[in-house]
Order: sequence, then structure tokens, then C-alpha cells
Amino acid sequence: MSALLQVENLQAWYGESHVLHGVDLTVAEGETICILGRNGMGKTTTLRAIMGILRKRSGRIEFAGRDMMALPLHHTARAGLGFVPEERGIFASLSVEENLMLPPRVAPGGMSVEEIYALFPNLHERRLSPGTKLSGGEQQMLAMARILRTGARCLLLDEPTEGLAPVIIQAIGEVLQKLKSRGMTVVLVEQNFRFAAKVADRFYLMDHGRMTAEFPVAELPAQMDMLHRELGV
Amino acid sequence: MSAKSETVAPDHVAAHPRAGQVRLALVAVALAGLLAAPMFLYPIFLMKLLAFALFASAFNLLLGYTGLLSFGHAAFFGGAAYFTAHAVKVWGWPPEAGILLGVAGAAALGLVIGAIAIRRQGIYFAMITLALSQMFFFFCLQAPFTHGEDGIQSVPRGHLFGLIDLSQTLNMYYFVLAVFVIGLLVIRRFVNSPFGMILKSIRENEQRAISLGYSVQRYKLGAFVMSAALAGLAGGVKALIFQFATLTDVTWQMSGEVILMTLLGGIGTLLGPIVGAGLVVSLQNFLATSDFPVTIITGVVFMICVLLFRRGLVGEFFASKIGKRLGFRAES
Amino acid sequence: MVMIFGIPVQALMGQLLVGLINGSFYALLSLGLAVIFGLLRVINFAHGAQYMLGAFTALLLLTVGGINYWLALLLAPVIVGVLAAVVERTMLSRLYKLDHLYGLLFTFGLALAIEGTFRYFFGASGKPYAPPAQLTGAVNLGFMFLPIYRGWVVLASLAICIAVWLLIEKTKLGAYLRAATENPVLVQAFGVNVPLLLTLTYALGAGLAGFAGVLAAPVYQVSPLMGSNLIIIVFAVVVVGGMGSILGAIVTGYMLGVVEGLTKVFYPEASNIVIFVIMAIVLILRPAGLFGKEA
Repeated sequence: MSALLQVENLQAWYGESHVLHGVDLTVAEGETICILGRNGMGKTTTLRAIMGILRKRSGRIEFAGRDMMALPLHHTARAGLGFVPEERGIFASLSVEENLMLPPRVAPGGMSVEEIYALFPNLHERRLSPGTKLSGGEQQMLAMARILRTGARCLLLDEPTEGLAPVIIQAIGEVLQKLKSRGMTVVLVEQNFRFAAKVADRFYLMDHGRMTAEFPVAELPAQMDMLHRELGV
Repeated sequence: MSAKSETVAPDHVAAHPRAGQVRLALVAVALAGLLAAPMFLYPIFLMKLLAFALFASAFNLLLGYTGLLSFGHAAFFGGAAYFTAHAVKVWGWPPEAGILLGVAGAAALGLVIGAIAIRRQGIYFAMITLALSQMFFFFCLQAPFTHGEDGIQSVPRGHLFGLIDLSQTLNMYYFVLAVFVIGLLVIRRFVNSPFGMILKSIRENEQRAISLGYSVQRYKLGAFVMSAALAGLAGGVKALIFQFATLTDVTWQMSGEVILMTLLGGIGTLLGPIVGAGLVVSLQNFLATSDFPVTIITGVVFMICVLLFRRGLVGEFFASKIGKRLGFRAES
Repeated sequence: MVMIFGIPVQALMGQLLVGLINGSFYALLSLGLAVIFGLLRVINFAHGAQYMLGAFTALLLLTVGGINYWLALLLAPVIVGVLAAVVERTMLSRLYKLDHLYGLLFTFGLALAIEGTFRYFFGASGKPYAPPAQLTGAVNLGFMFLPIYRGWVVLASLAICIAVWLLIEKTKLGAYLRAATENPVLVQAFGVNVPLLLTLTYALGAGLAGFAGVLAAPVYQVSPLMGSNLIIIVFAVVVVGGMGSILGAIVTGYMLGVVEGLTKVFYPEASNIVIFVIMAIVLILRPAGLFGKEA
């Protein structure tokens, strides 16, 4: 499988602060990879740098054979990358349905609105409510659903399970499994590695702005001691 | 004004060890120049320059040091001019008393306008000061004592302390110079005082100042009143210089002019407003005889300054190598 | 003669109409300001100058091009909007990352430059602009004569205000605008060309001002100074209404216009400043404004 997303020696800065010190990442089409790491190690920054939200960066980012570094921000989505931020980013002055329909279609093959409402019946029920009147779990579903409609090939998911109840977490896991079966590529940032173990094919461990370990999900039990040590859980 | 994303990489150019003495020498030279100036330049022009330099410096107290943009400072400047003119002409007060009345009136006006405007921040604050000073403009337009469009004319300069005849141009000039220097010293003292330090911290991070326990609103109001009072000092003096007070002095165009002087010269520097005022007053003087529209130039200079030149002339100088060697520092 | 509170009905209705007309312009202009401020976070001081530009464009279209009022009503806002878009693209957009006060100062300079230019070429006096033939004359309502053009002003401004409100609240483009107001970076990350949206929004606001200018030409005469004193009153209207809501801007505009008109009847000396006084009171009692969302 050729790499859909290839990141080499990615460096990034917040103002004067050097936060990514050369991140290397490869994701094959259809894979779900998960970036683990403690708070503040640069996981969210990596996603934001790949997406192009963080502009002060250097290195190589190649997606579907295209150089992403040169692209202005509003072209990255059109290239096929979808971003679901940690804070979910549901707009308060838009209804649930307006939130869902907001991101424009970037490629054919996205889920239709009927399919999305079938997958997320709660959203259909509340489609006319203001977006932020939804519960945290529902907002997370909405944040993911709206990207699924666009036809994006690769989903950048920042801590989807943070602060959610176990029942919702399970539901999100099911959604991700469904997406996997449809061939979606996912880059997941998670602290909850028990959740990640159920959906990810491969893991990266991030420490102080660079990748310090990489292993397939099969090796996860063997790595548990190391993970407990590194992640302090 | 805090510049959010304008982090300039700190060039570490150390000040020359003798820098302090050089700066002192420069100040002495400037002072000597001002003392000798009437021999080379038309005294009325010089006095106008000094009055506006004081006005701009007073304005900068609020903008450069406290971070508040007032779009209505003409109310204090022009208002004080009216108060002083009326006191000296109609009530026959001596000039020093007239000027003090102007200052007090401006301070009172500043208290009222400031108390209302401070309830909002940033752009809203600016808009409110504009609207309230426009209200004062309409009041001046209609109030009998201002004589509306005619203004208060033939204001006598009187005798300072009953001794010095201010109708003698040279006497008047040195009086204005003295007031100017005193005003600057007051500003400098204020800026470096504990009160001034707290204002600086409010400008840089208001939330932090609040969390440290400072009643930020009171400090802002204090700075506002101080700035208004000093603007009033400039206005009162101006009424005596030109011997009239007019509506022009309370218009929003005048408020805009003082902003331009400060922006052009350099916000957050003591020298900036003086330089800016000097430039603008000289330019107006130069253009007054020609047919050229001053408003267009003012507007264009404003736009250029905001786009390219935010530190102002003095600010740019301070940031240059020479400025750094001389140990000059800008506030913002 | 019927009297209300000691004032003849004719006079009262007459002033109410004047108030409603002034209110129409307050509403249109504060709507434009609110739309621009919502997304760009810039107080467009040049709004008054753009209003004046609209009026002058209509005048010049007529005197130079023989283009009538109805076409001018369509063309002038577009022309003003395009000019504004150019200014936004080349200059204003560079200021977004700075303290918002710079935007105010820049547009202030722009206003001075525009007004100065027109004053230089056209002088300060007002030039007449005749209302179109279809709208001349008056209608007898019984208690007063209603000049048809005046009635048109109120209806047209109401219609445009409602149209803009519908655009923002009910359309997809409006959804982009509302979302970008909340989180422009995220909207851009979705693939929406937010910089273009910003340009269009500024152009829309300026176009609204230009439209108001054409509407105003037959009522107030066309003069380079027509915008500058008006803009300060509009600022006060906007502070009273609060910047958060489009609807608030519209309602407050009409309301304050009517209040000003009524003040002229009962207490004429205060009519110049009544809006400022109301602003001061609102600021003391409810700093966020009547409809404002932010503290």
C-alpha cells in the first residue's frame, strides 16, 4: 500500500516557541493510526500543522501525492483532508442542520445526508436546534458527521472521546469501525489507549515534539509496560 | 495600544555606556534651541506648535501609556479654550486663573465623559468618546456663552500674576514655553510614578491586573481625567495665544488631528507626540497659503501611518540602531 | 384642528414622518456597520463617506451619463461595493491581525481622504437631485400630506433591511458568514475561502451605505459633507443597539429616528443631542446595548 499521507521532519512554532522538532509520520490508505502521548507533547499541534491551521512550519507534508506545505488553508480541505478539532467547533449561531451542511463537498464519495441521519438519528431529531444545544457526545457526532458528508479521504480526529460518557465512547468507536470498513483513512489523537486499541491499526508515541515509538496494534500488549511508564496511566 | 502579533525579534543592541549623558545633552540642546527660537521663527507659529505638542502629549498619556484610544479629546481642548476665554474676557480674571479654570473644567468634563465611556472597552470606548464629545460640540453650538459660530473673540491676554504683560509677544512665548515644559514634566513624573506603572500593566494585560486586585476602572478613569486636564491646559493656553476660542476646537476633526499627531510621531514615546505635532502644524502652515486640500493629505498620511508606519517617526528612530545605542526605549 | 399634547396633529405626524425617514437611514447605515463589524471586527469609519459616494455616484450617473434614478439605485451600490472591495483586498486586510483600533484609524483616514477629494472637486455646498417622476407629488392621508418619495424611502429601506436579514439568517452564504464570525480559522479549514468572504462582506456593507446614499439624494441633497456628521450619530445608534445582532441594529435605527423626531416636536433644543443622551443612559444601565450579546 502506498502512503496516502507522508510527513517528514515536520517542525512547527507557536510564535517564538519551537514545538515540533521533526515529526515523521506515514499513513497508508484505509489505515487508522493513533498518536499517543501525554498532554503538551505536540499531538494536537501535529494535526494542526498537517492541516495547515498552524502556518509556521517546515518539513515535508505530502497527501495523495500533493505537496501540502504550499497550499493556502482553504485548499487543504479540497485536497481531501478533514479536520475535527478537539473543541469540536460547533457553531452556536447555526442550527444542527446548518452545521452539518456547512463544510462544502470536496470530492464525490461522501456520505449522503440520508446516510448520515441514519447513522446519527439524534442529529436528525435535533436538526433545527442551535448547534451548541446538543450534548457533548452529540456535538462530537456532529463534528464528525459534517466531515463525512464532504467526501474527505482522510480524517484528522483530535481526542474524540475526551470528556464523554462510556456509552458515547462506544458509539464513537462503532462509527470509526464503520468508516474503516468503507475505506476511510483516519489519523487519531487519543489519550485513552483502551479506546484506541479497538480502532487503530498502528500506534505512534509522541514525546516533546517528536515520535519516539511506532508499533502495530498486535504489539500493543507487549508495549503496555512502556506505555504505562510513558503515559503515566 | 497593544500590538497582538507584532513580536519584533529583540535585537540585542546594548546602549552605549555614556548613553544617559548623551540623552541629557540632547535635551539641553533642545531646550536651548527652544529658548532661542523666537529669534529665527515667527513666535505665534512657535506658540501654536508648543500648545499642540502639549495637547498631543496629553492625549498620548491615554493612548500610548494606558492603551485607550479617545476619539473625543477635542472636547477637553476646545472646552477649556472656551472656559478660559470666557473667564478672562467676561469675568476679567487674570490669565493664570483663567487657565486654571480651563484645566478644572476640562478635568470635570473628563470625569463625566470618562465615567461613561470606561464602561466599554477598545473600539466601543473610542466610539463612545466620539459620540459624547459630539454631544458637547452641539452644546457649544447652542450655548449662549460660546457665541456659536462666531466664537469668543478678542480675549485679552492680561498680566501674568499681575506683573508680566502677556500682550508682549516675547513674554507670552516664554510663558507658553514654561507651561509646556511644566506640562511635560508632569506627564513624565506621572508615567514613571507607581500610578503610571499600574496603568502600563493594565495596558499590557488587563485581566492580569484585575486578578492582582487592582480596581482597573478607577485607574483608567484617573488616567482619563489626567489626560483631559492636561489637554485642557493646552486649550486654555491656546485661547490666550490666539485670543479667541472657536467651534473648530471642539470638532471631531480636531480630535482626529491630535490622534494623527500622536500616531505620526510615535505612540508610547514622550518625544513622539511633540515631533508629530510639530510636523502636522508645520504642514498645515505650509499648506494654508496654497490651494492644496489639507484633509486629503491628513487622510492619506493617516492611512499610510496605520499601514506601514505604526511606530511613528520617533518610534522608528528608537527601534533603529542609533536609537538603541542611545538607550532610547518606546513603551509599546 | 386636532391637538395631541398641545401640538397640532399635522405637526406631530409631520415630525413623526421625518423621524421615520431619518430612522430609515440610521437603520440602513447601522445595519451596514454591524454586518462589517460582525465578521471583520472593524469599525468602518468610512461608512459615511461610502454613503456620500453612493449619492454622488447617482448624481454623476444622471448628469454625465443620463442614467436615471432607478438604474442608479442598482448601479451605485455596486460601484461603491467594488471600490470598497479593492480597498479591503489591498489595504484593510493587512490590518486584521493587529489591534482592532488600527482598523478604525485606517478607515478614519480613508473617510477624510474621500471626503477631502470630493470637497476639493465639488465644493462644500449641497447639490440638488430630483426624485424620479414616478415618485413625485404627495398623497392626502387626511391628517397629513405624505410626500410619495418620503414614503418610498421608508418602504425601500425596510425592504432592504429585511432582505439583508434574510440573507444572513436563512441562506447558506449567511451561514458561512455567521460561522466565520465565530471561528474563521475553522471555517477556512473546511475549505471555505474566508478571505474572499471578508472582502464580500465589506463590499456588502459599503454597498448598503451606497444604497442609502442614493435613497438620500433627493431628500437631503448631495454634498461631500453629508456623511461625516451622520456617521457619528450612527455610531451612537450602534452603541445603543449593541453590535451583536443584525435585527437589533435595524430596530434601534428606526426607534431612535422616531424618538429624535418626537423630541423635535416637544423639546426642539435637545433634538440634536437626544440620541447621544440615550446612548449615555443605555451605557450606564445596560453597557452591552439593548440587543447586544457581548459585555
